Amino acid sequence: MIKLSTAQLWVHDQDAALDFWTRKIGFEVREDVTVPEMGNFRWLTVGPVGQPDIAVVLMAIPGPPMIDAGTQGEIANLMGKGFAGTLFLTTEDCQASYEELSSRGVEFTEKPEERPYGIDCGFRDPSGNSVRLTQVRQMATV
Amino acid sequence: MVAVPPVRHLTKAKDLADARYVEPITVDDMARAAGLSRAHFSREFRRAFGESPHQYLLTRRLERAAAMLRSTDRSVADICMLVGLESVGSFTSSFTRTFGESPTAYRRRYPDPMVYARVPTCVLRAYSRPQRSTFGEDAAPTADLAS
Repeated sequence: MIKLSTAQLWVHDQDAALDFWTRKIGFEVREDVTVPEMGNFRWLTVGPVGQPDIAVVLMAIPGPPMIDAGTQGEIANLMGKGFAGTLFLTTEDCQASYEELSSRGVEFTEKPEERPYGIDCGFRDPSGNSVRLTQVRQMATV
Repeated sequence: MVAVPPVRHLTKAKDLADARYVEPITVDDMARAAGLSRAHFSREFRRAFGESPHQYLLTRRLERAAAMLRSTDRSVADICMLVGLESVGSFTSSFTRTFGESPTAYRRRYPDPMVYARVPTCVLRAYSRPQRSTFGEDAAPTADLAS
């Protein structure tokens, strides 16, 4: 059986991302390994408490020689514009999560709203990545 | 670490329009969120996102109205208020100019909302965004966005 284990987010600043995902969102650090021999490459993963099987890599955008400087800049720009993908999270109580995260300074692009599939809201991480937070409602199979 | 690109600040202004479109926000509010002067902001915003801040705000309102027409049975007048527009007449004409048909005709063309109920609303909205067209409103100064 093939399972999903790790998803990846590009970030502008790994320290800022770490602070955001742990202190504001409440994820835990899974791995934080810096490799001085490889230009201080830092493998940084975080994940939701209670879900050890799934993690998110907070990946700094690499530069030359792995990625040319132009592409590096394009990715940074796309992230800054908020177009570098979306991460979907779930919660048992969208309104409560919204209030809790707001009180910690998370900036929401959308307040909780009723949808056919549940209640959801949206925010951005410091790099501009879009995140949706949904309280899923069980639906009858089509 | 890659420096945060200046466009990140423009995205904050865009997010303001996304989050608070119900309120009578203006391009000045958006410029403030980006930390730029009004003229500089409008130019940079257009360069980054391909449309003026005013167009962005108006199309978000219309896009959300379209989503409500497809997925609810609320009246056109209710929907107009719920997307932060005050005049049903100008809402209807903006909508018609943008989508090529009146709100009522638009609603009639879509199937039962349950058909699309499983697709995240943010995705449905993004993919139903109207193509940029010539808004009559663009010619006028954008001082009064609430009308």
